[in-house]
Amino acid sequence: MAKKVKSSNKSKLSALVVDDDGVCRTVHCAFLRRHGFETSSVESGRQAVDLIRSGQKFDIIFMDIIMPEMNGVQATRALRAMGVKSMIVGIDCDLDYINEDFMQAGMDRVYEKPMTSEIAISVHQALLNNNIV
Amino acid sequence: MEVGQLQRRFLEYTASLFNQGLLDAQFQQLQQLQDESNPDFVVEVVSLFFEDSEKLLNDLTIAIGQQTVDFKKVDAYVHQFKGSSSSIGAQRVRNACIAFRSFCEEQNTEACMRCLLQLKQEYSLVKDKLQDLFRLEQQIVEAGGAIPMLEY
Repeated sequence: MAKKVKSSNKSKLSALVVDDDGVCRTVHCAFLRRHGFETSSVESGRQAVDLIRSGQKFDIIFMDIIMPEMNGVQATRALRAMGVKSMIVGIDCDLDYINEDFMQAGMDRVYEKPMTSEIAISVHQALLNNNIV
Repeated sequence: MEVGQLQRRFLEYTASLFNQGLLDAQFQQLQQLQDESNPDFVVEVVSLFFEDSEKLLNDLTIAIGQQTVDFKKVDAYVHQFKGSSSSIGAQRVRNACIAFRSFCEEQNTEACMRCLLQLKQEYSLVKDKLQDLFRLEQQIVEAGGAIPMLEY
């Protein structure tokens, strides 16, 4: 489901961070920037959908799951229904207690918070690997 | 106090915060993100955490004080707090959130009130310690020294 990264001329991969908490947005973006991503962030599932609907493209979307109004699973479903092929990674606390089928909704991976260098490196590598035919 | 002494004090203080479980490996990860292009990263993100937390604790106090407690709302706040505290490595605050969530599930108001008190205490403690840590850093910088990294 993850998009093939077309050209290795593109020096940086682009990441969108979706999280209703400012600390998480800041921390997630800092790790991603350190590990080769250009980052953007929004505060809600709705803002993510609107941004992408407006034409913005991202190699990867980090999606908080529990959020008010439109949660990460609903936002993921909406994005997949729109034809979005970006890698979508769910990231939140207490994944075991969230009664949702993440993969069925269209997520490629899920991680338990906190965001770490290991996670950023792993997804970066996965995106680059998709470039190898 | 000369730079070497200040640096040793800083390292000892940092180590004590890890030993007491106030901070965990995540905090070190944040320290490693700090560099010349991002020299105040840790102070900035921790300051954001303080603002975020104070608002959450305020919202929690109001929510638990209601005639009829909306446990879903309380749980949502605690969930958010768990996310932010784990993101910066405030381990004991994060652990206080874990207990809290189970009492929200039970809809146990008394226990939730006790958990909120505990959460406030843990937050207050880590806030004081981090502010002390930043003051030590400041002293090193003012004395012309570099902030040492604790090797683990």
